[in-house]
Amino acid sequence: MSRKSIRQAINEALALEMRRDARVVVMGEDISGGMGAPGEQDAWGGPLGVTKGLMPEFGRERVLDTPISESAFIGAAAGAAATGLRPVAELMFVDFMGVCFDQIFNQAAKFRYMFGGKAVTPLVVRTMYGAGLSAASQHSQCLYPIFTHIPGLKVVLPSSAYEAKGLLIQAIRDDDPVIFFEHKAMYDEEEEVPDEAYTIPFGEANLTREGDDVTIVAFGRMVQFANQAADKLEKDGISCTVVDPRTTSPLDEDTIIEMAEETGRVVIVDEASPRCNMATDVSALITQNAFGALKAPIKMVTPPHTPVPFAADLERAYIPSPEKIEAAVREVAAA
Amino acid sequence: MQLNREELLKAYRDMRLIREFEERVHTEFAAGGISGSVHLYAGEEASAVGFCMNLTEVDHIASTHRGHGHSIAKGCDVKGMMGEIFGRSNGLCGGKGGSMHIADLEIGMMGANGIVGAGPPLICGAALTAKTLKTGGVAIAFVGDGGSNQGTTLESYNLAKVWNLPVIFVIEDNGYADTTASSWSVGGSQTKRAEGFGLPGYRVDGHDFFAVHKVAREVIGRARAGEGPSLVHARLTRYYGHFEGDGTTYRAAGESDKARAERDCLDIFRRRVTEAALLENDQLDAIDREVLGLIDEATAEAKAAPAPAIEQLFTDVYLSY
Amino acid sequence: MSDTIHPIVMPKWGMAMTEGMVIAWHVEPGGTVEAGDEIADIETAKITNVFESPVAGTLRRLVAPTDEMVPVGALLAVVADDAVGDADLDAYVTEFQANFVPEDADDGGPEPEYVEAGGRRLRYLKMGGGGTPVVFIHGFGGDLNSWMFNQPALSEDRATYAIDLPGHGGSTKDVGEADAEEMARAVVDFLDVLNIEKAHLAGHSFGGAASLVLALRHPGRVASVTALCTTGLGDDINMDFINGFIGGKRRKDLKPVLELLVADPSLISRDMINDVLKFKRLDGAEAALTAIRDTVFAGGRQTGSLRSRLGELRMPCQVIWGRDDRIIPAHHAEGLPNGVAVHILEGAGHMAHMEKSNEVNRLLEAMASV
Repeated sequence: MSRKSIRQAINEALALEMRRDARVVVMGEDISGGMGAPGEQDAWGGPLGVTKGLMPEFGRERVLDTPISESAFIGAAAGAAATGLRPVAELMFVDFMGVCFDQIFNQAAKFRYMFGGKAVTPLVVRTMYGAGLSAASQHSQCLYPIFTHIPGLKVVLPSSAYEAKGLLIQAIRDDDPVIFFEHKAMYDEEEEVPDEAYTIPFGEANLTREGDDVTIVAFGRMVQFANQAADKLEKDGISCTVVDPRTTSPLDEDTIIEMAEETGRVVIVDEASPRCNMATDVSALITQNAFGALKAPIKMVTPPHTPVPFAADLERAYIPSPEKIEAAVREVAAA
Repeated sequence: MQLNREELLKAYRDMRLIREFEERVHTEFAAGGISGSVHLYAGEEASAVGFCMNLTEVDHIASTHRGHGHSIAKGCDVKGMMGEIFGRSNGLCGGKGGSMHIADLEIGMMGANGIVGAGPPLICGAALTAKTLKTGGVAIAFVGDGGSNQGTTLESYNLAKVWNLPVIFVIEDNGYADTTASSWSVGGSQTKRAEGFGLPGYRVDGHDFFAVHKVAREVIGRARAGEGPSLVHARLTRYYGHFEGDGTTYRAAGESDKARAERDCLDIFRRRVTEAALLENDQLDAIDREVLGLIDEATAEAKAAPAPAIEQLFTDVYLSY
Repeated sequence: MSDTIHPIVMPKWGMAMTEGMVIAWHVEPGGTVEAGDEIADIETAKITNVFESPVAGTLRRLVAPTDEMVPVGALLAVVADDAVGDADLDAYVTEFQANFVPEDADDGGPEPEYVEAGGRRLRYLKMGGGGTPVVFIHGFGGDLNSWMFNQPALSEDRATYAIDLPGHGGSTKDVGEADAEEMARAVVDFLDVLNIEKAHLAGHSFGGAASLVLALRHPGRVASVTALCTTGLGDDINMDFINGFIGGKRRKDLKPVLELLVADPSLISRDMINDVLKFKRLDGAEAALTAIRDTVFAGGRQTGSLRSRLGELRMPCQVIWGRDDRIIPAHHAEGLPNGVAVHILEGAGHMAHMEKSNEVNRLLEAMASV
């Protein structure tokens, strides 16, 4: 047990599972880095160094650098999963889903159903998402609602280092295809993480705060922002429950409904674009199941319906902030 | 010729079984007993059988929307297939997949596929499994001339090459992608495309089982020996339309009748083996009768089988959720 | 009379504690306190506990407001004799506040260490130094943190070690024979590797039985033994707790189970439940707990009673129980041999060492000071 960053937690989860199970392989662009080049090998370990050190330990047969060829290697990961490996493929940025989505949503997601239950596809696609690093419109999107929409996929949004390790090990051991979202602005965030392997089950929301006045449902990085807002509001006498669903598919509907009923006041925080995102989905869930318990209209905190801008000031204005969450909670609490 | 009598009989039976299966689906579809759409493989049998005769259960194939022939050649149960096409509970996939999603992973059949060009990346994965787990297996992606133009297919040539995978890409060029002629839609040549990625490329007459079998044996042997991927371009003829109900007005008048009369793979096979006195006509006729009886049974059983229970709608989405 | 000014600061209970909140003061400003008097209720993320004055004197100032989180080490109050002038007190408070730096979360005192012993990796926390050490042995499903209110107090005059038993906390999850004998062997291996010739043992519940077994098998290694709410002295065991603890996967399933551990259910905080969940998620944890259950509580009764053998113990031995223990009834402490001192604590459940830490600490201190 020691303090580890999300980057270390993910690396450790991969290494532990690769040691435990020879069928686990990782693949992706620059996943070790420097393949075929004259200089340093294992030069990158992925664009942000998450997989560094795996290739020296497990060799090139299990740490597979790929050409820039997402259609081919994400599809190969799906095919390998259906035939006996347990691949963890890295889709460098989720924004690149456009060039490999068929392999995920038409192939991996549907094998089991189309084939009458006879396929097992233990595929994990790790992918970076989210705004905050001035990466502009094609490298900053969230897009998890799109994957959540697809039956057959599981979608995971870890909110901290402890969560990331346990959820990734669960993802690797899970026999269904899992899309594992890593927020690019969170890799350096640290907390206590056990050295051993452990799993956090999917579909079980975590309550990071418990309060009496307002329920905040937040996803991925927004859980941290919601916690910050809740801590500030607590000092002013507004106590919040913060629900981290952990996975958007499966979604822990029971806990969300129960927590909404407990306070009767709900704020949903989602970094994804506002149309058909998790905030609209959860809002519909609560109004259908807990309408009678609501004391105020549900409030959603999301970015505007625009692409993610480049300029730092614009990007700051785009991202839901702790301040925006705080303001929304105050509004809902006063309504 | 390096095939023994048992192998020759099996090759003929597999081709005849595909043909009879497709002819029956053709008439049953016309009679209104089958919903959705079906894409028939009749006329192309020598390709599927010529390749799959060289495979075992450790090997994998990925097919296309025109997948019945590949499925039968790889060993799928024809009664289960017929049930599947009729959407019945006795179907190979419980009636949930239908004609375009027939699969049996236990025998290495990774599925017919509704997405043109989806097979090559998947088959790279199957080959990666074989290579990583050292199963000794190879993997074949059957691709149409239409699928040969998908980026997924071209990316897969490259990935198979740089990962040195035991893969064979088989371009089954029946002359048409839907209605569009491959002579128009394919730039350059299939084999030179392969060579551009560093893959040996072969051309073969897809009507001739023996020609297909020979080249298949060579490229599969290369792959199995760890010498990497290859591509085979097979020219062949699709007897029916793109799908059942296609008026095929875009084809030359009498085009498929002429092929049936002059280039039919079953006829060519029969002529070759009887002229060489390898098999007797009686033996082949006996196979024809046996296959016809099997297809009669499969059809009757499919029609008699109950529809899937409504609860089946909700199962098999996930292993756990 | 003395002119010494004593600061009363936010205590640190357990490694993870970084801040706490005074919920209520039991002493008015100007009141006299003795060392050991209960002067405040302090709430942490893990638990609420009574805080005892470390010093005697007049409680001259209450500095920390109630219901406000303050860091560990922050000034809560000032105790001084009446001779000390108000101006000196004010100056002291001002200077303390000006110089106070909350401890860095990364530098929060002793960290657990690991040792290879008997083919197992065992985690332990060492505090203090010198003397005949005290070794703390937790119970079923617990870990070294369950001694957070006891270990610091006992560490002022000697070394103390709180260990994670096999199958628990950060230790190897292999539990071998999965009984108290196996746990005792692991503790002996631990003593050997750390060159601890002789120790005072304090064991809770299943760890209590392990302590008693160790004392019976290796009397020369044990200076005294304290068994709290221990297994091994009777048949009864609350299997609803044992099975609920093993089977509970979610917070809301575990909460009512963990509440069985204490006399006052409000003591079970969100953090305590999360810590249990975190342990149970570790690879091998559930299998370890299940193996222990199937061995030690086979058929829903305790196996392997030590009652008839307690008379053999020649070292000082005491048994402590919470009157309201709902896991193992306190009447298991009845009818023990004369040499065994029995203390039944009112208002405490199975976690008596947490719920009544001050009383337990006094009993442990008395034993360790012999």
